[in-house]
Amino acid sequence: MKVLVAVKRVIDFNVKPRVKMNGSGVDLMNVKMSMNPFDEIAVEEAIRLKEKGQATEIVAVSIGPAKAQETLRTSLAMGADRAILVQTDEEVEPLAVAKILAKIAEEEQPGMIILGKQAIDDDNNATGQMLAALLGWPQGTFASKVEPSGDAVTVTREVDGGLETVKLKLPAVVTTDLRLNEPRYASLPNIMKAKSKPLATKSPGDYGVDVARRLETVKVTEPAKRQAGIKVGSVDELVERLHGMGIAK
Amino acid sequence: MSVLVLVEHDGKSVKDATLAAVSAASKLGEVHALVAGNNADAVAQAVAKIAGVAKVYTASSPALEHQLAEAVAPLAAKLMESHDAFVAPATTTGKNIAPRVAALLDVMQISDILSVEGPDTFTRPIYAGNAIATVKSKDSKKVITVRTTAFEKASAEGGSAPVEQVDASGDPGTSSFVGLEASKSERPELTSAGVIVSGGRAFGSSEQFHSLLDPLADKLGAAVGASRAAVDAGYAPNDYQVGQTGKIVAPQVYIAIGISGAIQHLAGMKDSKTIIAINKDEEAPIFQVADIGLVGDLFKIVPELTEKL
Repeated sequence: MKVLVAVKRVIDFNVKPRVKMNGSGVDLMNVKMSMNPFDEIAVEEAIRLKEKGQATEIVAVSIGPAKAQETLRTSLAMGADRAILVQTDEEVEPLAVAKILAKIAEEEQPGMIILGKQAIDDDNNATGQMLAALLGWPQGTFASKVEPSGDAVTVTREVDGGLETVKLKLPAVVTTDLRLNEPRYASLPNIMKAKSKPLATKSPGDYGVDVARRLETVKVTEPAKRQAGIKVGSVDELVERLHGMGIAK
Repeated sequence: MSVLVLVEHDGKSVKDATLAAVSAASKLGEVHALVAGNNADAVAQAVAKIAGVAKVYTASSPALEHQLAEAVAPLAAKLMESHDAFVAPATTTGKNIAPRVAALLDVMQISDILSVEGPDTFTRPIYAGNAIATVKSKDSKKVITVRTTAFEKASAEGGSAPVEQVDASGDPGTSSFVGLEASKSERPELTSAGVIVSGGRAFGSSEQFHSLLDPLADKLGAAVGASRAAVDAGYAPNDYQVGQTGKIVAPQVYIAIGISGAIQHLAGMKDSKTIIAINKDEEAPIFQVADIGLVGDLFKIVPELTEKL
């Protein structure tokens, strides 16, 4: 079974985003960029499936600027076999990303596509579900366990009320949640080896997908700030305050 | 404008998240509700009573019992032929289904909205709540998920909408429900609790987390939450997690104990009415958002607090 993984280059999760003064967006100049953390989990899961003999080949795909090559090289260094960069400087929305991935899936015929449940920049949590809809495939979103067996995959999902398990016919789309696995670090020899793995560069036009935005960003602002309050000196004072609010009276 | 709201339910009763979605939807137009389930008549009757709901569609089939996206999305997409917007609560159920509906309709979803600014304009959090974007949709039909803590709950009483059966076929049969391992708790649910006590990694172990926090929560009638660090360390199950990647909460009182206040945790609780922080590090970022802070050792403070309340 071939596995496709989608990865996105985003602001590093340790960096505090700063809203631009002119309200046009978040300032990404000279900011450290990394692979979206949920996508790292997707790559790791694909590699584990390959190590268990359940996946035969891993193809990593990214849609983004030329620098998204670095993100793909990281995937290759972790253990993906080859990569496809669909290069564009536009900010591509989940719907258009899903359309491009659907075209790639038609060409590549993977048995499973694994994506992060959401990107930590636009926080949409939509691409995987949209891709599954466009392909007419079942979806296992927010996965904390993925167990393929024969022509199906059993996915445990992190839902609000606990853990839900579903069985999906393959091919299927899986989106990862945090506790699915802990991604590995690429070793230096593997980073060197990744440099010679194949990476094809395409454009959205090659797949006939229009990436014009459907949502126009009118403005981006900072959220309302909370003011720091007071400090109390003892548990007694805290109890008094709680009682004052009508709590545990 | 007519708006189709996805009702979140467990086959017997309506989940509170639905009421917030109804509030958001009523800012856009006439609210119609979709109950997808298996013989969920009681749910449909309850939804008909929600103030502001003008019509209830109910679809019943075994395939819809667990509201799997593969079965619900085509049903919703078909009903959208006669509606202008689809609104779902941004719960795990809503987030699973709505984008699938959006793609079937060829529209870009507007995720996790905080406010309705106009018929096609909304605000939504991006970068884990570190920025708020105002977005305008150019699609003729809208597909929206709603951050439930950002909207008042519609009243569960006062309506008397007619209930209409709709065709429930259309499940492609590619997915099936295996089981639900529900987290058992006598306490209120995190997302609807009035008081939450939440613990961080400072508790040091699962035993200490529960032996200290559970009695305090019982005294306060509170739900128990946890930071991602505490969940990752295995002190609390994952559905306790409060934060951008866990649950977004906004109780009357949020008591953060041994939680330093990472950005992603703050994104999940900063809309709480009153935030109380207990931490031994007086420089901890949590104190910058706390209304009331107490610096000290949680292993001394928590038992004392539990006893004195």
